[in-house]
This record gives sequence, structure tokens and C-alpha cells, in this order.
Amino acid sequence: MKVLATIKRVPITGGRILLTEDSRAIDTRHLGFTMSPHEECGVEEAVRIIEAGGGDSVVLTLGPPEAVEQLRDAMALGIDRAIHIQTDGSEWDGEATAVAITDAIRAAEAASGPFDLIFFGNESADSGGFQVGARVAHALGRPFVTGLKRVVVDGASVRCEQEVEGGRDVYVVPLPAVLTVKEGLNLPRYPSVPGRMRAGRKPVAVSTPATPEPRLELVRLVVPAGQGRQAEVLGVGAAAAPAVVEMLRKAGVL
Amino acid sequence: MVLVLVEQSGGKADPTSLQALTLARSFGQPVHALLIGSATDLSEHGVTVAHVAEHVALGAYAPDAWAAILNQLAVQLNASAVLAAGTDRGNEVMARFAARTMLPLAANCTSVSPGPPVTVTRLRWGGSLLEEARLNSERPLITVAPHVVAIEPSSMPGDVEPFAPELSEKDLLVRVVEHVPAPVGGVSLTEAKVVVSGGRGVGSKEGFAIIEELAGLLGAAVGCSRAVTSAGWRPHTDQVGQTGTKVAPEVYIACGISGATQHMAGLKGAKRILAINSDAQAPMMLNADYAVVGDLKEIVPAISAEIRKVK
Repeated sequence: MKVLATIKRVPITGGRILLTEDSRAIDTRHLGFTMSPHEECGVEEAVRIIEAGGGDSVVLTLGPPEAVEQLRDAMALGIDRAIHIQTDGSEWDGEATAVAITDAIRAAEAASGPFDLIFFGNESADSGGFQVGARVAHALGRPFVTGLKRVVVDGASVRCEQEVEGGRDVYVVPLPAVLTVKEGLNLPRYPSVPGRMRAGRKPVAVSTPATPEPRLELVRLVVPAGQGRQAEVLGVGAAAAPAVVEMLRKAGVL
Repeated sequence: MVLVLVEQSGGKADPTSLQALTLARSFGQPVHALLIGSATDLSEHGVTVAHVAEHVALGAYAPDAWAAILNQLAVQLNASAVLAAGTDRGNEVMARFAARTMLPLAANCTSVSPGPPVTVTRLRWGGSLLEEARLNSERPLITVAPHVVAIEPSSMPGDVEPFAPELSEKDLLVRVVEHVPAPVGGVSLTEAKVVVSGGRGVGSKEGFAIIEELAGLLGAAVGCSRAVTSAGWRPHTDQVGQTGTKVAPEVYIACGISGATQHMAGLKGAKRILAINSDAQAPMMLNADYAVVGDLKEIVPAISAEIRKVK
């Protein structure tokens, strides 16, 4: 099996989002970065599939030079090698992102054979565009299933379970396929120290396509009102219990 | 005209789709609806024509087929924009439609102005941040963020017309082949009137005993933060937040939760928030309606004891 997991570098926003002066981006000067949560589960799933059946696992990202940190994180979890589509850090819309990723996948497949499975996150944590996986799957002409909480490869097909109201919908599609996954698919492992050491030596293939003109064009960001409410302090320590019970009673839940 | 995909269940249009119909009127053009499989009454929602797609293969949900139908109808009607609810299905069908047509898609919009160019406000970070964007497209594709737009009824004795799509084998390759019902039992997080939720401050898997005790006394569901599921203390099904479950209880009790935006994105529907935290300056405490400062390991059992006293 050959499995590809795609990831996106996003800031760890903490408790309060601060914007840059021009309101076109989050002020990340004091923030750490991570990969989007859904995608971390895609990486873990790719590693598990290769551990169970053998083969080759690859991680791909589109992002600034610093996104190599997240590629190394994925390789520390057990991914074999990485593809980095490098940008200048500007905002690429879902359409442009999908075109660049499709091109990179075609190039990788021409060099070393097709991917049986390609994982995307259901949506990215930051822009939440809900579309890159669908566009790549369509361009490659492969079946595409979204929002998965369970993935089981069975010979030449894959059983996919999607959480819906009242249970799970099941799809069975032939390989090769493109799947989007959600957090809860698995519990991603923590990277080991030897894993981190090995990750530093694994290959990263870099390409630098031209920056496209976005058709979904970000004008500005706005932090919605309602952040920074002033809470009524009901008390300190266990002595606050009667005031809490009074509040619950007033709320009609006791 | 503007075309809206309307999802339905149990013979009724979903509220999220009615919200999309309301937002679609922002274009100031006639609104047509696409219903898949069967008709439903949209006469109070400003729909000029409801197109009902019928095909023998539409018994099971097949998202590529839905995208194909939406595209065929949009082309036939020369729709100037196409909208759907920003539900799991709405978002995936619109993404597949966008992929087929190579058109840009703006997901989870809260407002639209017709332009040109069309501008939208849309949710980022699960609603913790808003983006104003231009949609440079001959046929804007838009999904509408659920439960943000208020449904505005508008009486319109619209027509109902059948629509016969042409579907290929490929359109029907991805389809639901089985439905596994969720196990019953326990209080559902999405429907609970009270949620008692624990964060990293609970300290351990075993530490959740006092959270469960309080939840039991209140008939509440137990929730948790992402830090807790990442540590393996609770299953992901308990997680409240942007990548977990969105809750809408009368009271949300957050015990030892710092209140990262990831978590707060799941609380937008909560009527009242009580935060219990040793750090009075934690974001959770600043974004709550009520706060108790101190050690949750003393406070939570004290609340349980007080409830037993008054019950």
C-alpha cells in the first residue's frame, strides 16, 4: 500500500484571537503552531495502515517554509517522507490549494506509483473551506468520501464510516480513493525521541509554484463581539456551593 | 434567479435549509429550490419554483449524484448563484459541485451582499473569527452557516416541478450502503439541558469520578476538552469544541477548562456558562457568565453535597 496524508500548519490560538494591524491575518508573533486536528488523525491512520500491511507513507503540505516543522512532526509519528509545496505564507484559497496539491500528487505518482489512499482533514481548523479534498479527488477521478470516523481497508476496497445523526452511514468504495477524516477516527500517538531523531533525516521534496490570484479573496478578518464578557463571581472554593445551587435553581435545571 | 439545495428529513425541510432560503433572498432575485427525492411544503419560505429531482437510484444518499443534479439544474436555469446549508451534507455536495464546475466556493457564510462582486462574511475557526471576502465568480457557490441566520417566513404560492436528472454509473459509485444506529443510553451531549465538562485541570482519568457524580445528580451529560481526549482520559464522543460536539444546554459547567478558542467554538449555543477554575484570569473564566475560583477537586464535590442536601 501507498498512503498519502495531507496536513496544514495552523497557529495554536489559545484563549483570545489577536489580529495583525491590517486585520488580514492572525497575529502569530507569540503563538506556537501545529497541524490541524482532523489531519493529525489522517497522519496516524496512514502510519497504522502501513504498520499493519507494509508499504510507503507520505505526508504533504502547502505552506510557508516553516511548515517543514509540521512535516517533521508527521514523520516523527512514523511517516516515511514528505512533500512540501512552499508558499510565501500568503492566503491561498481552496481552489488554488487543490490545483497545486493535485499537481504535486501527479508528479509524485509519476515518479513512484499511485497512492492507494489519500487522506485529507474534513476541514482545516483555520479557514474551514470544506473543499480541497473534493477538488483533488475530482481532478484525479477517484471516489471521495467525507467526514470519516472509521476506515477499514479490505483488499481492493475500503469501508468508510461517517458519523450522522442517529448513528453512522457506511460507504464501500474501490481503491484508489480520497477520504476526508475527522478527529476521533483514532487517538494519535505522541512522537517518541527516536522517532523525532529519525524524522530529521527523512527526505522532504520541495516545490515552489507561483502564487495564484485567489477567486475567494479575503478582504479582512473580524473578531466577533461577545469575547471578554465579565463573569459574576459566585465565590471562592467550596464555600461557593450554595450560590452555585441557587444559580442552578434559577436557571430551572434543579 | 438563485438556486438553493433544500435538505429534508421526515417529510419536512431542515431548519438549516430554511435559513439558507432566507439568506438567498439577499440577492434580490427569485429563489428556486431543489428537493431531492420528494416534495415538501416551502410555500412560507419565498420559493418561486420548487424543483423535485426524481430518479430510481436516489433511494440511498449518493453525494456525487446530488452534485450532478444541482449542476444540471443550475445550468438549465442559468442560476446566478447556488446555495446550500453549511451542514455536513450541504458542504460536501457543494464541494463536489465546485470541483465539477471549477467554481470558487465560500463555506459557512453568515451574510451575503450581491455586489458585483459578491461579498460574503464567513466563519473561520469554527466561528471564533469572521472573514469578509470577495467571491470573484460568474456563479457564486455559497453554504450558509447553520443556526446563525434567523428564518424569515415569506408567503409565496410557488410552483412545484419535477426534474429528471441524468445520472451516470460514476455519479452513483459513492453511496450509503448501510446505516449503523448509534447505541442508545446515557444523556446525549447535543440534547442535554446541563453539561458538566472537565478539562486538563481534572488531572486524570480517575479524576472524572467527581464530574460524573455531579452530572448524575443533575441528569447532565459529561463533556470534556480536547486536552482530555488527547490524553486518552475520555472518549472523543465526549469532546466539546470545534473538532468535537457543539452543545446548547441551559447551563454549561466548565471544570478546570482553560477556554481555548477550540473549546469555546463548541459552546456558542450554551445559555449560561459556569466556570470553575483555580486561575481567575483563565479565558474560560473571562468568557463565562458565572465563575467560582478555586480547586475543582473541592468545589465540585461540595456542589454535589449541596444538591443532595436540598433535593
